[in-house]
Amino acid sequence: MSTIFGIPPQALFGQLLLGLINGSFYALLSLGLAVIFGMLNVINFAHGALYMLGAFVAWLLLTTAGIGYWWALLLAPLVVGAFGVVLEKTLLSRLYKLDHLYGLLLTFGLALIVEGAFRHFYGVSGQPYPIPDLLRGGQNLGFMFLPNYRGWVVVASLVVCLATWYAIERTKLGAYLRAATENPVLVQAFGINVPLMITATYGFGVALAGLAGVLAAPIYQVSPLMGSNLIIVVFAVVVIGGMGSILGAVLTGYGLGLLEGLTKVFYPEASNIVVFVIMAVVLLIKPAGLFGRER
Amino acid sequence: MATEIHAVRRETAAPATGRPAMPGLLALAVLLLVLIAAPYVLYPVFVMKVLCFALFACAFNLLIGFAGLLSFGHAAFFGGAAYITAHTVKVWGLPPELGILLGTAFAATLGLAFGALAIRRQGIYFAMITLALSQMVFFMALQLKFTGGEDGIQAVPRGHLFGVIDLSQSMSMYYTVLAVFLFGFAVIWRTVHSPFGQVLKAIRENEPRAISLGYRTDHYKLMAFVLSATLAGLAGGTKAIVFQLATLTDVQWQMSGAVVLMTLLGGIGTLLGPVVGAALVVTLENYLAASNLPVPVVIGVIFVACVLLFRRGIVGEIAARFGNKRP
Repeated sequence: MSTIFGIPPQALFGQLLLGLINGSFYALLSLGLAVIFGMLNVINFAHGALYMLGAFVAWLLLTTAGIGYWWALLLAPLVVGAFGVVLEKTLLSRLYKLDHLYGLLLTFGLALIVEGAFRHFYGVSGQPYPIPDLLRGGQNLGFMFLPNYRGWVVVASLVVCLATWYAIERTKLGAYLRAATENPVLVQAFGINVPLMITATYGFGVALAGLAGVLAAPIYQVSPLMGSNLIIVVFAVVVIGGMGSILGAVLTGYGLGLLEGLTKVFYPEASNIVVFVIMAVVLLIKPAGLFGRER
Repeated sequence: MATEIHAVRRETAAPATGRPAMPGLLALAVLLLVLIAAPYVLYPVFVMKVLCFALFACAFNLLIGFAGLLSFGHAAFFGGAAYITAHTVKVWGLPPELGILLGTAFAATLGLAFGALAIRRQGIYFAMITLALSQMVFFMALQLKFTGGEDGIQAVPRGHLFGVIDLSQSMSMYYTVLAVFLFGFAVIWRTVHSPFGQVLKAIRENEPRAISLGYRTDHYKLMAFVLSATLAGLAGGTKAIVFQLATLTDVQWQMSGAVVLMTLLGGIGTLLGPVVGAALVVTLENYLAASNLPVPVVIGVIFVACVLLFRRGIVGEIAARFGNKRP
């Protein structure tokens, strides 16, 4: 068969792969947002900026210190996570007693600062980041050509998402975390350091964004604007999935990425807005989101 | 949600209910005199810009300050109306008043659609939904034919108001904009001090209780949303005539952020706060554009400082200091 629904299979699978890649980033970012929201009740508007920061740290490590991709994969999330811990300790923690909307406004301001600073120093044009030697080339799967690096991104993000799910749902630390989400006062009364857990959760959530940034660096160019447009789509993903469940956030991320890829094949004009349209439909049918519960 | 609304109430200085307090009236009178005299002292186009953004911020404030709903997508109404006004005036050749009217009507329709979707969720979700929906408008403005993509719609003729007043004269343009602003401001004033406004405040303070008293709070919230979107559209349409321009900047999420900042800086829930905030932010942007400082960073720092240090905003702080006690 040379075409599927009048589309050459090469183009179809190519776009589906692209959708899966986008979906990997949606999943990683919405996972971080959901983890942070569960613990802090804050929607982290700076998530996109921190994703960008992760990519920039990797790029700076390479260009200034000659430190390559694999070390960057470890170091950049650590740097971003440490930055997040500082933000949480010095700024965010002052707002917990107030309306949650102030957390949103604060992180919005932080996003403007981080993005604006990088724009000031590096301009808006993208910086190329080379694919690591180990992952160059690709596989011919018979029906399509799969670049190694893209396959790696999908696998790596799946592993990270599943590991996070396992850590939160199946380990003792995760049990503490879930308990503290439900009732922080009671958990603290049992002698668990809840403020520390909150800080660690924020650090972990933004480290995920930093990791996503490093993974994205060789695919998209490293640019100060790479986070801000992505984060709005991720917000829509989060509204569609609901932030009640970790697995839900991940599944919605991949699903919407694929759907976006399909739209690019069949009706390219709508590919930018398809996620928002789906959000509107989900709001009409199930306002709490596909996996959500009303809080 | 109830707890969230409580928090908003504690942070915002409630305006005078019923009969407006004397200091408030005095401040209004001073403001009016300043605005009438302003074009003789300052560059008229600059003051017109301030007025357009002040109306935009007042419209936004109607929603957050009096109904407790944070919309992060008001750029869609402002910019959407700007595009419609610019298109109808330039391509269809309509007179400016009709163009602005059509732009405003478009914003109202859009507000009805977005509002109906967004009020299905509350708090943070409400903000995210409005942001996502407005991003959809942004992509449409980027892709549709009539919006001119990256260029926007340029060289929109100002035309003659009601076929008589030549708006290419900057003074007649200025007083037209002032009239539009005063009209919008009066609508907001009237709304806030009406029984409808009282119900909105009741919803902001305690929604479950408002429901238990028999108010269909969703209807009230939707009406507030549509009204706010309409006035934001009025501001956007007027802006398109003043600057003879509608561009992607008007529909971008940064614009939604800017209006949040203006309101926050001036004082959420105060009538004059958004005007003060808009004047400050526009002035600041003008000065920064000439300097070497990165604008978003400065704006971001002000944002963070506002949230951490003075959440009542400038007018809110003044009202709290100098006795403007709640009657």
